[in-house]
Amino acid sequence: MKKRNSNPKLATTKSRLDLKRRDFFTLLGGGIAVYLSSKNPSELLALPLIQRREVPEDFNAFITIYEDGTVICHVGKIEMGQGPITSLPQQVADELDVSIESIKMLMGDTGICSYDAGTWGSLTTREYSHYLRAACAEARAVLIELATEHLQILPSNAKVKDGIVYDVTNPEKKVSYGWLTRGNRINRSMDEKPKVKDHTEFHYVGQSLLRADARQKVNGEAIYAADVPMPGRVYAKVLRPPSHHVKLKSVDYSEAGKMTGVEVVRDGDLIAVLHELPDVAERALGTIKATYTADEMEVDHHTIFDHLLNATGNMRGREAEGDLGEGERQADIIFDSEFYDGYKAHAPIEPHTAMAKWEGEKVVVWASVQSPFGAQDQIAQELGIPLEDVRIITPFVGGGFGGKIYHPQVMEVVKIAKLAKKPVLLAYTREEEFFMDFFRSAAVIRIRSGITENGLITLWDYKHYFFEARGSDTIYKVPNKLTTSYSAKRGSPVQPLPTGAWRAPGANSNTFARESQIDIMAAKAGIDPIEFRLKNLADEKMIAVINALVDKFGYTPAKGPSGRGIGMACGTDAGTWVAVMIEVNVDTNTGKVQAIRAVVSQDMGMCVNPQGTALQAESCVTMGMGYALAEDIEFKGGDVISSNFDNYQLPLFSWVPETIDTVILDRQDQPPQGGGEPAIICMGGALANAIYDACGARVFQMPMTPERILKEITSS
Amino acid sequence: MMEKLIRFNLNGKDTEISIDPTLTLLWVLRDQFGLSGTKYGCGIGVCGACTILLDNRAIRSCTYQISDVMDRKVVTIEGLASKGKLHPVQKAFMDKDALQCGYCTPGMIMNATSLLIENPEPSRQEVIDAMQDNLCRCGAHIRIIEAIQQAGQEMKKGTVSHEVKTG
Repeated sequence: MKKRNSNPKLATTKSRLDLKRRDFFTLLGGGIAVYLSSKNPSELLALPLIQRREVPEDFNAFITIYEDGTVICHVGKIEMGQGPITSLPQQVADELDVSIESIKMLMGDTGICSYDAGTWGSLTTREYSHYLRAACAEARAVLIELATEHLQILPSNAKVKDGIVYDVTNPEKKVSYGWLTRGNRINRSMDEKPKVKDHTEFHYVGQSLLRADARQKVNGEAIYAADVPMPGRVYAKVLRPPSHHVKLKSVDYSEAGKMTGVEVVRDGDLIAVLHELPDVAERALGTIKATYTADEMEVDHHTIFDHLLNATGNMRGREAEGDLGEGERQADIIFDSEFYDGYKAHAPIEPHTAMAKWEGEKVVVWASVQSPFGAQDQIAQELGIPLEDVRIITPFVGGGFGGKIYHPQVMEVVKIAKLAKKPVLLAYTREEEFFMDFFRSAAVIRIRSGITENGLITLWDYKHYFFEARGSDTIYKVPNKLTTSYSAKRGSPVQPLPTGAWRAPGANSNTFARESQIDIMAAKAGIDPIEFRLKNLADEKMIAVINALVDKFGYTPAKGPSGRGIGMACGTDAGTWVAVMIEVNVDTNTGKVQAIRAVVSQDMGMCVNPQGTALQAESCVTMGMGYALAEDIEFKGGDVISSNFDNYQLPLFSWVPETIDTVILDRQDQPPQGGGEPAIICMGGALANAIYDACGARVFQMPMTPERILKEITSS
Repeated sequence: MMEKLIRFNLNGKDTEISIDPTLTLLWVLRDQFGLSGTKYGCGIGVCGACTILLDNRAIRSCTYQISDVMDRKVVTIEGLASKGKLHPVQKAFMDKDALQCGYCTPGMIMNATSLLIENPEPSRQEVIDAMQDNLCRCGAHIRIIEAIQQAGQEMKKGTVSHEVKTG
């Protein structure tokens, strides 16, 4: 090797990120980590900002390679539990030809990381990975080119292993990526972009790896937004109205202002009390007297479904095929059903949290968000300041499920900290978390369908009212069909509470309705519900997924209700074909459901980390039992009555089936699809069908509480 | 509020703090002692994210005042490993991938540790009963049950004391 100071002539200029290696390593512990595993945020403030509003093409935006071979992968995705901190390095290691141990992840920092709109929609693997893998493939090609020039060897003789390029005819001739780059930006690109690797060339992709962040999370070192130490920081407690539909009329916070050490700040209707001790800030908040306008809205969690059915809005037909009248004529049996689903909270165990620190005209926010760049945009726009003056740093996020796509706490804390002129932490209480949530929409679905006496579907007339269309496609082969979406007119919302994306938005309610209706028809036709589905499906992928499910479960056909308590549902979501089968016991005296075992089957294309996929599938089954069986937001007008975990029921340990098996169809040669959301869409339908199979009670409303099940048992 | 001197043993070390005795234990541990591994989840003792050990029994630190720990032994998630070696419950959570976002994990581990001190060989049902009131939104439950049973087996081998050593 040449002398160390003889820089390769094609080397590099100072990294665009201008990050000294030291900066990273004071921030990173061993292994793969998000950098806030260090407890020294002030060092981060010295780092410069970059911003991009598109996923960048320059591979330097994704990775930086240091002299000792450490590869820093700086990506705008965040880690909220679904595992990109493990699955992204698997792909980087394979595309770059480096060891996975050499990769360290820096995630969700708008000052350092490559732009990403947000971590949602099961898009990290099926979309973002394409950019990341392409960037790494190009970096590898450039590094090999630099190495062959430096070593003066034939390109055809160059090979790479663990970040070292060597001559196959003389392995002593070698140079490392780290020596070539030394943490600097690589000023070269390939005119013809190299292909990413074929699945047969992978080493790490396809392997089951345990979570890379587990050690920090079991020993208490993992840092979340509320955990970032900051000298002089105070807690903010914000005055909240009793309802979403009222305005502040008068407020008296004089008493709070008299309390020792308490400061009150106000920006319009945003009123906050500050104190270094959260107990004292909370007491001060309790002394504020405020009056509000009245909430005129009468609708509540009982009347919401009539409210939705009677509302006026836009109507749009989709998936139109054949003629509904013809479908009616061909049918021997017609079925009319109406399905209902109440509001659900995201309820991550970590509430929305953010800490803001202003330095002159610039602000840094440590925030629990799914969209750090979105938060940056929002602050810059609302305050009219340049993007580069706003930096969002996302430590570990304690669960999101769509709820942290919306980040009202960020704007609030930025405004409060600006007035307070000191670092401020705003960590929502659980009560605030429930009140400020953007709930999963309440939903009504009407289906009119028909079958021949042989069990072939001839008619499918599907209407869904004022919630997302995702998952409303028929999936079955029906000659005469129409899907009609009713949606709110611009500026006149129909849902009385704020609503937003909740893990597979829309698809949970839609799949519950469709898959319940399928079973209702199968039972009437006297056909096993799986057989009925296979009879009416043309989609080869769906059929393969169901066959794999049946095999794994050891299912034997029977007409419903068989008394066995087995139910299934299937669908497509986030590019993945998915089916779930679950076995339950129903106590016919109490209406209580106990899950016994569950199997998830999916065709998700290439699977990066089967272990991570299994975790997500188990997560979907468990979380899905919550929305299907118990979770329901109680409200009146704009007043959210459900306010804490003592009156909003999350799934408990005793609910969990004894086994949850996950079957992943081998599709490594296909593009990767989503894994975080798909299985959860099946849970409402699978459980409704299992309950019916157990005891003959058909429940049309989620959550399928013991009371609702008992009512159907009594009436059936 | 008048300050009071509170003496207690924290993660094996005798310590004292002069402070408003009515302050919530959770916030004092986090803000005054920098032990941010103990998490806020609900503030009413329902979710278990703030679980710590008080005299080797799991308690919800959001429902205690700092004065309640006077002359007693407190162990938080940071005090569970010994000389850098993870406690068997921590190790089992890693081995079983029994976590996702990780936010409820410290409370889960502290509650499980308390269970295993009391009952070193819990059945699956006993684990479920003991963990019932700890909430996890990510749905890691099935793996948490397995991890706790594995940790019990490890501890039974006698290589590790069931008690959490403090001081």
